[in-house]
Amino acid sequence: MNPSREITLRVNGNTVRAVCETRTTLLDFLRDHAGLTGTHAGCEHGVCGACTVQLDGASVRACLLFAAQVGEGQITTVEGLAPPGAMTDLQQAFRRHHALQCGFCTPGMLMTADALLRETPHPDEAAVRAALSGNLCRCTGYQPIIEAVLDCAEARGARS
Amino acid sequence: MNAPDRAGLGNAFEAAATGTLSGAPIERVEDERFLTGAGRFTDDVRFEGMGHAAILRSTHAHARIRRIDCTAARALPGVMLVATAADIAQANKPIPIRLAPLPGLDRFLQPTIAADEVRYVGEPVAIVVASSRYVAEDALDLIEVDYDEGPAVASITQSASNATLVHAAVGTNVATQYPVERGDVDRAFAGAPYTRRERFRCHRHTGAPMETRGLVAEWNGSLMRVWGATKVPFFNRGLLASFFDLPETAVDMIETDIGGGFGIRGEFYPEDFLVPWASMQLGRPVKWIEDRREHLMAANHARETECELEIAMNLDGTIRGLRGRVMADLGAYVRTGGGVAVSRLAQYLPGPYRISDFGCEVMALVTNKTPVGTMRGPGRYEANYFRERLLDLACGDLGLDPVAVREMNLIARHEMPWPIGRLVPTEGEGAYDVGDFHSGLHKALSAIGYDRLPRDGALIDGWLHGVGVACFVESSGGGKSENARIVARTDGSFDIYSGVSTMGQGHETVFAQIAGDELGAPISAFRVHHGSTAHVDYGWGTFHSRAIVVGGSAVKLAAAQMREQLDALAAAGHRGPPAEDIEVKLRYDTKGPTYSYGTHVAHVAVDPETARVKVLAYVALEDVGRVMNPLLAHGQAVGGAVQGIGATFLDELRYDENAQLLSGSYADYLMATSTEAPAVQAVLLEESPSPSNPLGAKGAGEGGIVATAGALANAVGNALAAWRLPLTSLPLSLDNLARALREARSAAAVPGQDH
Repeated sequence: MNPSREITLRVNGNTVRAVCETRTTLLDFLRDHAGLTGTHAGCEHGVCGACTVQLDGASVRACLLFAAQVGEGQITTVEGLAPPGAMTDLQQAFRRHHALQCGFCTPGMLMTADALLRETPHPDEAAVRAALSGNLCRCTGYQPIIEAVLDCAEARGARS
Repeated sequence: MNAPDRAGLGNAFEAAATGTLSGAPIERVEDERFLTGAGRFTDDVRFEGMGHAAILRSTHAHARIRRIDCTAARALPGVMLVATAADIAQANKPIPIRLAPLPGLDRFLQPTIAADEVRYVGEPVAIVVASSRYVAEDALDLIEVDYDEGPAVASITQSASNATLVHAAVGTNVATQYPVERGDVDRAFAGAPYTRRERFRCHRHTGAPMETRGLVAEWNGSLMRVWGATKVPFFNRGLLASFFDLPETAVDMIETDIGGGFGIRGEFYPEDFLVPWASMQLGRPVKWIEDRREHLMAANHARETECELEIAMNLDGTIRGLRGRVMADLGAYVRTGGGVAVSRLAQYLPGPYRISDFGCEVMALVTNKTPVGTMRGPGRYEANYFRERLLDLACGDLGLDPVAVREMNLIARHEMPWPIGRLVPTEGEGAYDVGDFHSGLHKALSAIGYDRLPRDGALIDGWLHGVGVACFVESSGGGKSENARIVARTDGSFDIYSGVSTMGQGHETVFAQIAGDELGAPISAFRVHHGSTAHVDYGWGTFHSRAIVVGGSAVKLAAAQMREQLDALAAAGHRGPPAEDIEVKLRYDTKGPTYSYGTHVAHVAVDPETARVKVLAYVALEDVGRVMNPLLAHGQAVGGAVQGIGATFLDELRYDENAQLLSGSYADYLMATSTEAPAVQAVLLEESPSPSNPLGAKGAGEGGIVATAGALANAVGNALAAWRLPLTSLPLSLDNLARALREARSAAAVPGQDH
C-alpha cells in the first residue's frame, strides 16, 4: 500500500483530521475527507481554476497542492464564504448578473474574485479580467461574471 | 392585476400577476445551491464502499492487440476488478445510432471495449475498479498491452484514398455518401456570368464542458441505478437495459447537476456500459469520473470538415445557385450522433438566402481519430462559415457591397413559409416557418453602429480595422414529443416533472415562470424536477434547442389543464389548497422544427506585423420567437457567441501525421479566457413568434455560436483587404494568420504578380 499519514487541516474555521494517503491532493482531501464538495475538479493540472480555494486569504489551486503541504495554513472554500443559509454580496451579485449557468466553475470564480476584492477593493475592468484569467468558464462568456465583480466592488465603495 | 385565488395560496398569489412571469428577467432559482457549493454534480454522489473506476486507453491510433497481461494489476492491493474485452460478454455489441442514421453509417459502430484492434488514441482497452481512484490509476500502469502498430489514417484526404483502411472488414473508409439537391443546380450554373469555387476547412474542436463526463452505477440485484445521466436519459436507459437484457423498468437514470453539455455530453459512450457492467460484476456501487486528458481524447470531438463550395452569381450580386461537396471526418467509429453535423451542414449551406437551385455531394469518412458527435450548432457553425466567407470573396471579386448583396438575396418575410426541400435523407421536406431576415440584418447593423465603424483596412494607430457580417438561420425543437406532469400539493405548492434534462440553462426557473403564468402562482410555489427517468413515462431529453420549445410547451399545456381542475374546485365552492394531491399528465406532440435566425456583426482590428486580432465590438442578434426570460436568453446568446469566437481563434484538437493527439491538456487545447473574451452585445428579437408551438418560442441555445466564424473571418478579411486573403481555413489562430500574411507579402514581392 502507499504510505498514509494523519493530516490535520484548518478549513473554514474548523479543524479537519483524516488518515489518508500521503499523496492526497488538497482538492481530494477537501472533497473526500472534509466533505466539502463545492470545490470542483476541472482539469487536475492547474489550468482551469475550478478547484480554486484560499490559503491564508490568497487564491490557490487545490489540485496542485498536497494536503500535507498546507501545514498550519487557513483554508477557505466556497462553503466558508458565508454562514449557512446566507450569501455574501459577491455571491448575490453573481446571481443578479446571471454570472453562472451550469455552476461548475462558480466556486472557483468566487474564491478568486473574493481574494481579488480583498487585495484590490476597487479594480477596473482590466484588473478583474486579469485576475479571473486563470478561471475557465465555458457557459457565460465571462461578461456577466466581470460585471458582477465590478458591481460588487462599486457597491462596497458606496457603502464605505 | 388581480389574480384569482385558484389554489388557495392566499397572499402568495399577490406576488404573481397572471401572465407576467414569462418574459421577465427573473433571477434563477437554481443559483443559490451553485453559489454556496451545495450543487450536486456527478462526482458529489458517493456511497459507502463504492469502487472507483479508471479506464485504460489505447496509446496508438491504429494497432492490433496481441496480448494484454493484467496479472500485476490484479495483484495490487485495493484492486477489485480488472477486465478486458475477454471478460465482457457484451464486448462486441455495438453502440447504435440515435440520430441521423445515414445510409452506410451502421457499418462503423463502436464496440463497448476494444477486443483485438484499436482504432484511435483513447479507445477503451481495459477497465479497473479499485478502492480509490489513486489505486485504480496505479493499476492502469501495471497492465501490459502488447500492440502491433499499423498504419493510421490521419486526414480526410488520406481516408478518401482508401489506401489504408480504418475498418479492413468493411472495405472502405467512406461511411456514407449521398447527393442532395433542390431545384436544378446545373441549369443555374449554366451561363452564369460569374462563378467562384473555393475549398474550405473547419477545424476539429469540441464542447469541452467544465465538468468532465462521469457516472455512478449501482446494481442491487434487481435494479440498476445510474447517476450522472443527462441529455437523453430515457434513450440511454433503453439502450443500457438492452445491453443487459433487462426490462427498461429495471434501469433508473438519475440526473445530477451537470457542469455543461454543449452537445457532446450525455450521449451513450462505451463507459456508459462499462461502469454499470462493473457494478453488476462487483455487486457494489462504482464511480467513474473522467479526467481532463481522457475527456479531450475520448469524449466526442466535433466540426472537422472540408468543403468545396461554388457560387454562381449575376454581376449585380443576385445568387443564381450554390453547389459543393462536403467531406466530414467522423473519427474511428460512428457514434450515436455521428451523422448529425454533416447532414445538417449540407442542409444549412444555402442558409437564409433565396437560393432555389442548390446541390451538394455529402461524404463522411472514418479516420483513426476520436469519434465525433454534435457540438452546439452542429453543422450550422461550419456551413455558415463556408457560405458567408464565399459570399464576401465573391463581393470582393465583383466590387459589390457585402451588406447590399445580403439584403438583395435574403428571403423576404412575405415569402414565408419558404420551402427548403429535402436536404437530409432521413427527413422529409421542410420549410422555414416564419421570419423577417431583413429586419434582423438591419437591426444588427444598427446595434453595432455599422455606418460609423472604421473598416476596409482603415489604419488607426498601427491597427487595421475591418467589419464582417454573417447572416444565419437555424432549426430547433427536435424530438417529436415531450411529457409534463404537474402535481398540486395539499400545501398549495406544485411539483412540475419534465422529460427534458438540463445542463445549466436554467429550466427550473423558466418552467416555473411558464406554469406560474397559467396557474397565477409565484415562482416560489413550484419545484421543478427534470431529467431522471422516474419522473415521467418518457422523455425526449435536451438537444436541438428543444427544452423550452417542446418541453416548455408541454408544461404550459399541463399547467392550463391543472388550472381548469382548480377552477372547477373553486367553482364548486372549495377554498384553500386541494384536500388531496391533484395530478395532470400531458404529452405534447410537436408540429416539426421551428427556425430562429439572425445576423452577427464583428468589428476587429488586426496588427499587420504580428497578425494579432482584437475583437473591438461584436453583435449577436437572433430572433428567438419569444423570450421567456431575457436574463437567461442573453446568457445563452453571449455565452454561445464567446464559445464560438474562442473556437474560431483558439480551440483546436490537433493530431500529427500518425494520428497521435497533440492537444490532450488545457495547456495545449486553448479556450477563451476572461482576457480574450470580447464584450458581446446580444440582441434578441421577438418579431416572429413560432406558429408551431403554444409559447411561440424558437430555440435560443445555439444561435449565438452559429455565425461567429463567418462574421469573424469576414471581419479579418475586411481588415486585411489589401492582401486579399482567402481565409478559407479555420482556426484563425495567430500562427495561421501570420503565415497567411507572410505568404501574401512574399507573393506580392514577386515581380509580375499583382497581389
